[in-house]
Parts: sequence; structure tokens; C-alpha cells
Amino acid sequence: MVPKSNEYMALHREKILTPSFWVLLTFTVIGFYCIGLRYVMGIGAVSNLSDGFPWGIWIAYDVATGTALACGGYALAIVIYIMNGWKYHPLIRSAIVTSLFGYALAGFSVMVDLGRYWNAYSFFIPSRWQVNSVMFEVAVCVMAYNVVLAIELLPAILERFVHSTNPRFPKLKEFARKIYPKLDKVLIFFIILGITLPTMHQSSLGSMMIIAGSKLNPIWQTGFLPILFLINAMYIGYSVIIFESTLSSVAFGRPFEKEVRIIAKVIPYLTAAWLIIRFADLYYRGHLSTAFSGDYYSKMFLAETLLIAGGAYMLTWKHFRMSPRWVFVSAVMLCVGGSWYRFSVYIIGFNPDKGWAYFPSLPEFFITLGLVAFEILGYMVLVKMFPIMPNLEGHKKSA
Amino acid sequence: MKKTRREFIKLAALGGAGIAAAPLAAEASAPIAAHEDAVGMLYDATLCVGCKACVASCKNVNDMDAAPAPNDADRLWDAPEDLDYRTRNIIKLYKDGEGDFSYVKYQCMHCIKPSCVSACPVAAMQQEPGRGIVFYDKDICIGCRYCQVACPFNIPKFEWPKAFPKIVKCDLCKFTNLKEKGIPACCEVCPTKAVIYGKREFLLAEAKKRLAEHPEKYQKEIYGEFEVGGTNVIYIAGESFDNLGFRELEFDSNAAFSENIQHTIYKGFVAPVALYGFLAFVALKNRKNHGHGHGHDAKHEGKDGSEK
Repeated sequence: MVPKSNEYMALHREKILTPSFWVLLTFTVIGFYCIGLRYVMGIGAVSNLSDGFPWGIWIAYDVATGTALACGGYALAIVIYIMNGWKYHPLIRSAIVTSLFGYALAGFSVMVDLGRYWNAYSFFIPSRWQVNSVMFEVAVCVMAYNVVLAIELLPAILERFVHSTNPRFPKLKEFARKIYPKLDKVLIFFIILGITLPTMHQSSLGSMMIIAGSKLNPIWQTGFLPILFLINAMYIGYSVIIFESTLSSVAFGRPFEKEVRIIAKVIPYLTAAWLIIRFADLYYRGHLSTAFSGDYYSKMFLAETLLIAGGAYMLTWKHFRMSPRWVFVSAVMLCVGGSWYRFSVYIIGFNPDKGWAYFPSLPEFFITLGLVAFEILGYMVLVKMFPIMPNLEGHKKSA
Repeated sequence: MKKTRREFIKLAALGGAGIAAAPLAAEASAPIAAHEDAVGMLYDATLCVGCKACVASCKNVNDMDAAPAPNDADRLWDAPEDLDYRTRNIIKLYKDGEGDFSYVKYQCMHCIKPSCVSACPVAAMQQEPGRGIVFYDKDICIGCRYCQVACPFNIPKFEWPKAFPKIVKCDLCKFTNLKEKGIPACCEVCPTKAVIYGKREFLLAEAKKRLAEHPEKYQKEIYGEFEVGGTNVIYIAGESFDNLGFRELEFDSNAAFSENIQHTIYKGFVAPVALYGFLAFVALKNRKNHGHGHGHDAKHEGKDGSEK
């Protein structure tokens, strides 16, 4: 059975070549130029990475933080398919698209960051698998999740072809017509995989730094890193959904999506659990005093904790929850605070030994910026070509 | 729907508790012990005269490039400042201005439970069974540098200025001098026997003997006996190890701790499969309740109008 038209999702009919398109394209071009430099002249030529700080923003932002910011699809899938009986369906596709772009960005950055990228096929050779490695788990899981996200997005692409009035590709239309119902039937099993995989690799992203031992400051170094990273990914995911749907409602002139208020209700519970684990762990390891000693590391800890706790606290009040502006503000606080925590674990709290320091170089910034610009560019083009955004008509009806 | 939500929260709490409990369960792990055939080196800082013959022979034997000083016009003077991609082995000098001084040698410590080996996703960093030599295979390596992040001694070095870089570290001359002459190059050329090669067992006994015979000459501890679970390269010195640039390290192996947590969570892959199974069960039940027989095209029935 092929739908006549999609009740929930719609094409966003707008010009593609807008001024913001050109701005983003400029950043993308600069970024890709720097990536070119990196491949010709080596990582050392474009970055401030060193033997003491072998990982910089490409890993700390693009991979460790970027994938959390791309957890909107994951977080929303939990609400829609597990907790809430398929209720917020209209939001899911745009969340999946941003997840796909976020995770693709991570994958792309890894290929920039890998020194011996031509050996990356090692991941597909079982004799080379090193299952004790946390990174092995993360890498395989993230690759699999990228595939799952692409499959989850496939219906949107197929719908476009099914409803295509362009007579030039009859075969394509026929193919889409055939495959769509089949895919629709098994899609749920991919969606569940799309919840299982991030649960695995988001916690492993935390486990990743356990092996660094005392090179990571004791404020952040703990065996509880996996559970902290997992919950952190969830509340960042929900905050990103709020952030994105607020932005897109402003940018695309769409009405504020009411569902975000329900999502805003979930966040305080997650953050409360996270803060309890965080502080209980610091107390248990005897490092509460380290965290509040007032030195550089302690200030970083306080900043991230205040942002997270503050953002979540606001959402516990109905008064704030009902105001799109304040919901947006607290979502931003949670995103920034949550990301800051991840940066602390990967860079800020990392101190290999005396004499090492790291601050990203300009080309390093431009590469990350270029990839993010490329990601947003792709999103903007995609929502104008395929039915991704919530359908306004259907939306009004249910409102 | 209410019921599944409650079930979900229960399971989430259970799963969360599982992941959360992993570090607690992981702490009760077996102690790390060196293999009886494990080999390593003993460096006695009190015997070293700083001639750097070991640095020179290491470069020669392992075909390493020179590391010229910054202002060296002809680029011929090999003057490495520290370990890097051209230098696997280096001698440094500690001097405190009051007459106390000591040379110190840096190279890979060849941990009994090496973090770099545990971290490497593709088994490019390996530990030889038995002898316990930690070595590197550039043909497998993907260049992720997780070994550098993981190493408590910051030993693996990366060829930053090269377009096709690799990791560089001491492998006890496993493929060169040790293979040909049965001894690492640095130990072979050392004129004062400040660095000697042998089985770890023997080296540890030798170190203890020297400490017992001349307690006035030496620090009480043997660095590497217990650090990060023990290393196959061990040190004795007259100067405190802190002054010689060695960080004070935990006696537990971070690699073992990390692996135990991973193994607790992923034992037999049961937890991920169980998670998938449960999620699928709940989601399918939800879909049925919601009347979603065929996905998107079915009627969207807002059961709870008040929340919409």
C-alpha cells in the first residue's frame, strides 16, 4: 500500500539559493581547502596537535560532542516509539535528518583525523578486530548507526519518487512504488536498532577516556563515564530538538511546535539523575573538594554544571515551559553545558604531563567550521527537496 | 500505554544501574602478573655517564632520521630535544644546582598490561606473547592515535609533519638488533652497563640486590615494579623519580579497568541483544495499540487530545 500523500510530512517549498546558502558555501569551501592542505602536507601542518595532545577539536567536537548534538533522532525515537505510543510522529524525520548529518560529520571528521586513513578498511577485516578496544566498539557502532539512519530516511526519498510527476524516470517511480511498502513493514526493526546502537556507542564514548587514567583530571576521570555520557547524550538530544524546531519555526515561518513542551518535561528528570550520579561519584571518590577548590579545572566544572543544572531547573517550572523563548534559552544552556562537559573530558581536563598544551589552530577551526557549514547546507537543501518537515496542514488539524 | 511507560522506566533504571554498576563490579578483578618469560631492561641511573651511545646506536640500528637543532645551518647535527618520531630513546640530565645530578633514559616501558595494546582498535599495537615486547605494525595501523591518548608515559610518537605518517616507539629492537644479536642496541653499546637486558624476573632480583647492598646510594623504590600494574622496563636511581620526570602513577592498570568495564557491559553480547529485544517488544506493542498497521499511511489517532 503506497500512501497518496503524506499526512504528516511535507516538502518545504522555498528557493534553494538563498543568501545564507552562499555564506555556508563559502565556509564549506574554505574548510575543504584546509582539508586538502591536511592531506598534502600532513596533520602537523594544519593543526596544533602534538604527541601530548593527539586529539583536538576534530575528535572532541566533531565526534564526541557532535554525535551528542546529533542525538535528536535517538532521543525522539525513545519518546515516540517506546514511551509514548507513536504520538510525536511529525517531528521524527527532521530529527533523523539532523542526526544523519551530525553522524556523517563525525564520520567525515574521523577520515580527516585518521593519520593512516588508507588502512581504515581494517575495521572490515575480522582478523584485525581488537574487541578490547573501546574505540573499536564506537567505530563499528557509529558506522552501523549511519547506515540505520540512512535506511530510516529512505521512506522520505522514496515518497518523493512515488509522487513524482516528472515522466522522465518511470523506472525509478516504479521501483519506489514497489519497495516502499516492503520497507515500511520492516522499518520498525531498523528504528529499534537506531535506539540500541546510540545507547551502546554514546556510553562507550565516555568509556573511551577511562584508559587515559590520571592523564584526565580526577574531577572527570571515573568508571561512571559511560552512564554519564549516555544520559548526557539524551538530555542534549532533547534540547537539540527544542533548539532546532524553534529555529526552524522562526527561519521557515512555521508555527512553534507544541510537542517540544512535552519533551521539555522529560529533560529535568534526566538531568536530575545525571547530577545525582555526578555528585555521588565525586563524593565516593573523595574529589568533591577538588571540584570546588576554585582552580582552573574547578571553574570549568562549575561552569558546565551550572549551565546544565540551571537549564534543567528552569524547565521544572510550568511558567517557563509555556514560553517558547524560555524553553529555547534553557535548551541552549543544556546544549552548551552538556557539550562543555564532553569537551572537559576530551580536552579541558586532559593533561598528559608537564609542558604540554593545546589550543586549536585556525585551519583546525576552519575544517570543523567548514564541515558544520556543509552539514547545515545539506540539511537546508534536503528539506526543500524531500518531504522532511512536519506537514502544516496535518499539523493544524491535530492542533 | 501508561503501563508500557512504567515498564520502560523500570527497564531504563535497570539498564542504567547495570552500566552504572559496571565500574563497581570491575574493581574486583584479577591482579596483573608478568609472564615468566617476560623480558625487559633495567636502567640504573647511578651508573649512567650520559655518553648517549645508546641514543646513537638506536638511531643507527632502527634507521631513524636525525633530529637537527632549530638553528643548525647544515642540518647534520643530531640533537633531539625529546622523544619524537625520529627518536625512540633519549638520555636527559637532571641537575638541581646543589651538586645533585642524575642522567635518565626514556623509552617505552613495555607495560605488563599495555594500555596502547588495549586501546588499539585494529591490533596494530601488539604485545608478543611470552616475552611481552610491545611492538607496532604500521601496515595495520589506521593512525587514530588512541595509543597516544592511552599511554601513561606518553611514549608512542606520531609523524606529524608527514602526509603518510606512522606511529614510532621502542620495540626492544625486536626486528633488528634483538633478532640479530639477541640484545637491544642500547644495552649492547652501553659502556657502563647502566642499562641491561634480560628476563624481568632476573632484572627485578638484580635491582633488589643493588638496593639491598647500597641502600645509601639508591631511592627505596624500583620504578616500574608496580606502576600501572608493573612494567618490563624498570628503573633504580639515586635521585627521586619525580625529579627525573616520572609521574606518580597508580598501581592499577587503566587498561585492565577499562577492559573490565567494557567486558561487564558487553559480556557475551547479552545486554545489547536483550536491550534490542525489549525495545522491539515495547515498540511493536505500542504500534499495535496505536493502530499503526502499516506505518505512515494509517490514520493518526491522537488518543490523548489534551497533550497535543
